[in-house]
Formats: sequence, structure tokens, C-alpha cells
Amino acid sequence: MSEPDVPRPTPLQLFLIFARIGLTSFGGGLSGWMLREFVQRRRLLSEEDFLNGLSIAQALPGVNVTNMAIWIGYRLAGRAGAAASWLGIVVPAAIVIVLIGSAFAWISGYELSHVALDGAAAAAIGLSLAMGLTAARRVPRRIFPLAVMAATFIAVVVLHWPLLWTVLGIGSLSVAVAYHQA
Amino acid sequence: MPPTAFSILLVFLPLSLVTIGGGQSAIADMHRQIVDVNHWLSASQFVDAFAIARLAPGPGSLLATLIGWQIAGFWGALAATVGIFGPTAVLIYAVTSLWSRYQGARILTALETGLRPVAAGMILAASYVLIQALDGGWFARGLALLSTALLMLTPVNPLLLIGAGAGCFIGLHMLALV
Repeated sequence: MSEPDVPRPTPLQLFLIFARIGLTSFGGGLSGWMLREFVQRRRLLSEEDFLNGLSIAQALPGVNVTNMAIWIGYRLAGRAGAAASWLGIVVPAAIVIVLIGSAFAWISGYELSHVALDGAAAAAIGLSLAMGLTAARRVPRRIFPLAVMAATFIAVVVLHWPLLWTVLGIGSLSVAVAYHQA
Repeated sequence: MPPTAFSILLVFLPLSLVTIGGGQSAIADMHRQIVDVNHWLSASQFVDAFAIARLAPGPGSLLATLIGWQIAGFWGALAATVGIFGPTAVLIYAVTSLWSRYQGARILTALETGLRPVAAGMILAASYVLIQALDGGWFARGLALLSTALLMLTPVNPLLLIGAGAGCFIGLHMLALV
């Protein structure tokens, strides 16, 4: 494991870097921001190190970007770094979303604000659906993975299974099969 | 359940562990718990909160923070945030610190391969639930599909697209179509 030869950031610096990433990333794509900041600009992590972290962040439950913040923070500054990075990505953005929500509640007496928000919501659903279609496109074109994907969709939409049971049931079966084929 | 900080925490804690492949996958279940089971928010309040969360910067799961705030103020927001981010933060921390012992990596590869189709199915289901909950009828559904196509085929800035969606609906409202 060869670490790039630069001074390690302090937990406070990590907090500030992640706060900036959290506050300037609109509409997703935070992982791309992190790659630019930590690998390409500051050279604090090698690209391989970063990609290892990204695959774990995606495989485990949890929001990818907060998982990545903890992973990067731990690698660069241990326990305090992990905590500082997590607080940096979550807390400032949490305060901003509450402020935006309150501002909306304040103008919600006007009918036009609801109309505008309906339009914004319709366009925003595109982000979710586009990501679902991209993820679906990367599922291997074999019967078992495709059946797992279809079963998950049906369990949630038609059968109204709680997600926890869907993941524990369908997910563990799928992981077990992948483990035996690996 | 009455909307106390503790009951909000209890609703969001299990949701944390099903946020595989990003917060999107938990939205369908969040909707079920908040709107259908506990009646803490109406369906249109929930969709409003979703749109605000998409307009705001930061992780999409901060939708939980906003919902907690709307249900029970500061303590509701804190309970929802700790609930949705806490358990997985502990989990990834444990895995990260044990990473050197996972040299074999077979289990990690199996997790990634096995969970990928499940995550895809959950994100598609969440999109379906949200499209069903949209106000504005076929115009809204058409706009959602148009926005999906633009995002997949062009490098358009999502924030611009969301702003254009709002502008588009104000225009349709002036023409008395929505």
C-alpha cells in the first residue's frame, strides 16, 4: 500500500472539505466531486484506493456518499477523521435543507408555489428514474439477476413488502448465489 | 403512533439499513411509513418534501431530516437524521476498520454482485411510487419521463432541469392546464 507523499489533513480540514462538497453538490453526483477533490486535486488517495472504497460504499447499506466520507476520513485521519468527515457531509447540508423547507412553508400560502413545486417534483423524479434505469442496464443479462430485479420490484410495488424484508429475503438469496458462483 | 421524537427515531432506524445503492431505494418505504401507516404527513406534503430535498444540496437522504422537522421540529429533525444515518455509519465504520482482514474479498464481491439487481429493482420501484403520487396528472408524468430521457441522453445540469420543470408548470398553470 503506497500512500501519496503529502501532509495528512487534520480532522478539522476534513470537516471543512466535506462541508464544502456537501453544500455545493446539487442534484447528486457527490462521488464524482470526492474523486476530483481527494484523488485528482489534492492527491491524498490513490485512484485504486478510492475505487476500493467506492465499491464497499455501494455494496453495504447506507448512503454512498456518507459511507464514502467515513471511509476516506478513516483512511486519512483515523477515528476522529471518520467522525469529522461524516459530520461535515451531513450537518451543514441538514441545516440548509431545514432552512429551505421553512422558507417554502412561509411562501406556501401562495398557490403558485405549490404549482411550481409540483413541476419541480416531476422533473426531480427523472433523477431517480434515470438512476434506476442506469442501474438496471448494469445488471448482467442472465436469468437469475434479472429475475431478482423483477422480484424486488414486484415485492415493493405490488405486494407492498417493507424494504427491510425485501432486502433480507431476496437480497440474501441473491448474495448467497453470487458467493457460490464467485 | 403519535409523532414524538422517539417514535420518529423508531421509524427511521430500520429504514437506514435498507438504503442500498443510495437513499432513493428507501423512499418507497419512507412514504409507506410516514403517509400510509402513521399519517404524519399527507401524500402531497411528502411529494413537496421530496422536491425540496432534490433542490437542496447534499445527500438525498436528508429528505428524512426535512420530514422529521415538518413532523416535530428540531427534535424530530435530529431523531430522523440520527435514525437514517446512524446505523449504517456504525456499520461502514466497522467494515472500514476491519478492511485489512478482508483480503480474500470474495464475500465483498458476492455482496456487490448479489445486491446490484436488488438495488436496481428498489430504485425503479421507488420511482414508480413517486410517479403515482405526483400532482398534476398526465402533464406531470410526461414531464417526469421527459426529464428522465434528458438526464440519460444529455449532460444537462439537474438543477437547471428542476428549475425548468417548475417554470414549465407555472406556464401551464397560466394556461389553466394544471
